[in-house]
Amino acid sequence: MSGTSSLHWLIGRLDLSSLPILPALANPTPSEIVAAVAALMVILGGLGVAVLITWRGWWTSLWRDWLTSTDHKRIGIMYIVLALVMMVRGVLEGVVMRAQQAAGLDGGFLSDGHFAELFSTHGTIMIFFVAMPFIAGLINYVMPLQIGARDVSFPMLNQVSLALTAIGAALVMISLVLGKFSTGGWPAYPPYTGIAFNPGEGPDYWIWSVAIAGLGSTLSGLNFVVTIFKERAPGMKLFDMPLFTWTVLCTAIIMVFAMPPLTVATLTLALDRYLDFHFYTNDLGGNMMNYVNLFWLFGHPEVYLLILPAFGIFSEVISTFSGKCLYGYKSLVYATMVISVLSFTVWLHHFFTMGQSAHVNAAFGVASMFIAVPTGVKVYDWMATMFRGRIRLTVPMIYATGFLTLFVIGGLTGVMLANPTISYQVHNTLFLVAHFHNVIIPGVLFGLLAGYHYWFPKAFGFRLNERWGAISALFWITGFAFTFFPLYVLGLMGMPRRSASYVDPSFEPLTWVAMFGAALIFCALATLLIQLRVSIRDRAQTQVPLGDPWDGRTLEWSIPSPPPEYNFAIVPRVVGRDAFAEAKERGQGYPKPAGYEDIEMPRNTMLGMVVLIGGTALGLALVWYIWWLAVLSLVVMIGAFIAKSFVPEPHRIIPATEVAAAHEAWLAAIAKASPVTRAQETSAENRGLAALEMPEGAA
Amino acid sequence: MKYGWLWLLALFVTAAAVFSPGASFAWPESSSFFTPQGPIAQAEKDHFLQTAAITMIAVLPVLLLVPLILWRYRYGNRKASYRPKWEFSGPLDLLMWGVPIAIVAILSVELWQETVSLDPYRPLPSEKAPLEIQVVGLDWKWLFIYPEQGIASVGEMGFPADRPVKLSLTSDTVMQSFMIGALAGQIYVMPGMQTQLQLMADAPGLFEGENTQFNGAGFPMQRFRAVAQTDEGFANWVAEVKAQGVPLDPQTYGKLAVSSTPAEVHRTLASPQMPADAVWFSPVAPDLFERVLRRYHQGSALEPGGQPGSFLHDPDTLSQSLPETTQ
Ligand code: HEM
Ligand SMILES: [Cu+2]
Ligand SMILES: [Cu+2]
Repeated sequence: MSGTSSLHWLIGRLDLSSLPILPALANPTPSEIVAAVAALMVILGGLGVAVLITWRGWWTSLWRDWLTSTDHKRIGIMYIVLALVMMVRGVLEGVVMRAQQAAGLDGGFLSDGHFAELFSTHGTIMIFFVAMPFIAGLINYVMPLQIGARDVSFPMLNQVSLALTAIGAALVMISLVLGKFSTGGWPAYPPYTGIAFNPGEGPDYWIWSVAIAGLGSTLSGLNFVVTIFKERAPGMKLFDMPLFTWTVLCTAIIMVFAMPPLTVATLTLALDRYLDFHFYTNDLGGNMMNYVNLFWLFGHPEVYLLILPAFGIFSEVISTFSGKCLYGYKSLVYATMVISVLSFTVWLHHFFTMGQSAHVNAAFGVASMFIAVPTGVKVYDWMATMFRGRIRLTVPMIYATGFLTLFVIGGLTGVMLANPTISYQVHNTLFLVAHFHNVIIPGVLFGLLAGYHYWFPKAFGFRLNERWGAISALFWITGFAFTFFPLYVLGLMGMPRRSASYVDPSFEPLTWVAMFGAALIFCALATLLIQLRVSIRDRAQTQVPLGDPWDGRTLEWSIPSPPPEYNFAIVPRVVGRDAFAEAKERGQGYPKPAGYEDIEMPRNTMLGMVVLIGGTALGLALVWYIWWLAVLSLVVMIGAFIAKSFVPEPHRIIPATEVAAAHEAWLAAIAKASPVTRAQETSAENRGLAALEMPEGAA
Repeated sequence: MKYGWLWLLALFVTAAAVFSPGASFAWPESSSFFTPQGPIAQAEKDHFLQTAAITMIAVLPVLLLVPLILWRYRYGNRKASYRPKWEFSGPLDLLMWGVPIAIVAILSVELWQETVSLDPYRPLPSEKAPLEIQVVGLDWKWLFIYPEQGIASVGEMGFPADRPVKLSLTSDTVMQSFMIGALAGQIYVMPGMQTQLQLMADAPGLFEGENTQFNGAGFPMQRFRAVAQTDEGFANWVAEVKAQGVPLDPQTYGKLAVSSTPAEVHRTLASPQMPADAVWFSPVAPDLFERVLRRYHQGSALEPGGQPGSFLHDPDTLSQSLPETTQ
């Protein structure tokens, strides 16, 4: 410390010991080596990407077409790339934790502190930097297309939201290389995360990554709500919207109301830590129970925020691949709305054991149970949608099958956990860990992966490899089952969550079973990446430029793949639900427009990049107490916003002739192509034009 | 169906995963409410199984019908009917909403009754007066104070079987959660605040106690033996603790309250006569529990050195920052 203290004004509390590589050299325990390897992976991975981009000469196109783009489709794809990168880290951490517990009888190979860092980063990453950006990405890509819009309402704000999310992810990644992350779990309960108990940089990393990314989510939520209310194609009534868009509307409203409590919780915790406030300290009237309430006031709606879009995806996937309209559309919409409202009334079930009166517990328990009703109704609606359909077991449908069968078991244990009496016993044990992974993996993650396979050909113009996709999906399903069903039993046996080690030998066999499951999940991740590689290699055989590879029902399938940047050459007029399916049945799927108009699109802007760099610097400055850098980065960011407001012409015009040429060429290709039946869906003949298949006798 | 062999394999593996827990472990007698050793844990287990059984009414149809529907209505099966426009049926919708509502209504009534009757604050019905124990959660051990007996213990909680035990709990560091699974559920312990837990053992026996809320490096070590004894056995145990215990004055409490595992406490404070995994104290400074509670209500900020668990704490400041009681 003394050597660097003279530099304190310059580098705050950073010093050489903040680099994990050095302790690993000085003291090569397995724990330190794992940390050093992780740090090296981040550094080498970053360098590798930079070298690749330079070698291929991609910098200009990266900057012009992606980083400064305000196109909702490109922003959506960037969100999903971010989510996939973070998912690799999150899954690897999960596997390492399972290995630690398998070896954990009386020890294991990781230090307690390192294990604690792992479950904290894993939980934080999986929720905030995998599930959230994946969802934001799919929403960004799909929702404007489904409502026939040319972009979201506020394209520049959209770019800034992405930057804010990426800052959070960057801070968590940097914590691998510079210093340590929090050990306080993903909810970061004080007083443990208070300055008295954890004075290091860890909780500060957690605070700023979550606070900044949370701000991005709030802004995204606002953007989505306004877009759905204001940008729908003419004629599209609310009750004509595709179900995915409905779930997005509900999720976006939840975002607007549920993220602020998190922001307040993190910022008040920061006030405690930085400015000696006493919101949650043990002394001077602080009270951690207020934090616990605030956190779950966000945390419970959050899980519904994650699951509702996944429900929307499953609705689209199941109806498309069953060749039917959705059963009980209105039922599903009402169920979604009921869930959104109820999700704000049950947060207390996360701490039935905090000592409040039995009647308070019972009231929240009953409310929690009632959420299971609309959720259950949805599952039945999906089954009724498949009933008397013509089901094609494509990759998204495999995920949907895994979802329906595994998710109800998570629902079952959820109903059990809603009982305070049962919660007293299994709260804070691996039973709880099994429960929330059981709803989050088959529910949220499978939904997102189904959506990824379903909409990938829309975004990139070619289909993903079916065979590797099926292998990966089945690895996910079996891996999930082997990893998490044993944890239910371990929880009932009394094994607390977040245990780096244990002394009871009867826990050991099942931790090995779970370890085997984690190995299967690792294979699932590996095959998912292999699938992407193989699909890109073989893309010549899977081209779907005509835009409708799955015989889709909603507007996004009525345009070319990939869509032009303005999405719709002519904004469609909508009558009724399943607009595109109806039009195809009438033989009017691809109408010839009467004329074309100039299209006005937002210009590129570098504001997002300024925010990304400035915000990351600000976060690091706050974590490490580098005050000059904090002030500087704030000034730069605020200055950029002010400067931006002076730019006179934020739009540019795409001339009607250009639009016409592209659209006519596409229509001509469709006229020439021969439509394919669903039997040829996964063959090279499927170029994205679907043949009409009606029941015998009805056609 | 495509990739039929993969599906079979997946089905087989998933089924194996569901059943593997059943085949590969033995219940630990002493740490789980699935082998209940007292009335509360017994009731909790019953409620658990009952809720599971009733909810299965809603779950089983899904598990059975999803594979059937998938098979019957597969694309290749031209014999099955195909109704692409069928989108609503009143009676079916009634069933879909009605059955779950009925199930949840039944479960809610039970939830309410059980929550009230198993409330951890509610005294247990018994002719015998409860034994009172005060519990202080420290980093990373539990301190049990017996106010009537004037003794205290770390690592071992002795009590008579077949007699209610009333625990008053607090923490002298961060939040923790106290649980003896075989006897009753858990309750949080928080600094400056008091929670309660009532429990009872049916018969003499040894049970595992633990903290379930992560609180730092020694967390997995924060365990103790709960020892239910006959009335006579308990009296003997108290006498032995009285005879062998070291005094628990504020100075000793300061040493105890530093962050340390039960084994480390044993090394620094125990005498050879004590069991290898416990430390006994006698006499115990009067009102110690209240003084721990009042540590956080002194109207001024605690110095970092005077907060157990804080990174700067030291035994001397810890004992000085224990306030005197008002009496
Ligand atoms: C893909 C494979 C996954 C594996 C192998 C895995 C494994 C684990 C393990 C071992 C833990 C620690 C359990 C303990 O406390 O003892 C954990 C915690 C957690 N996981 Fe996962 N997990 C996976 C996926 C996910 C996903 C997809 C999410 C969410 C989107 C998620 C969210 C969490 C959260 C929130 C925690 C709690 C962190 C805390 O204790 O604060 N996990 N996981
Ligand atoms: Cu919840
Ligand atoms: Cu409290």
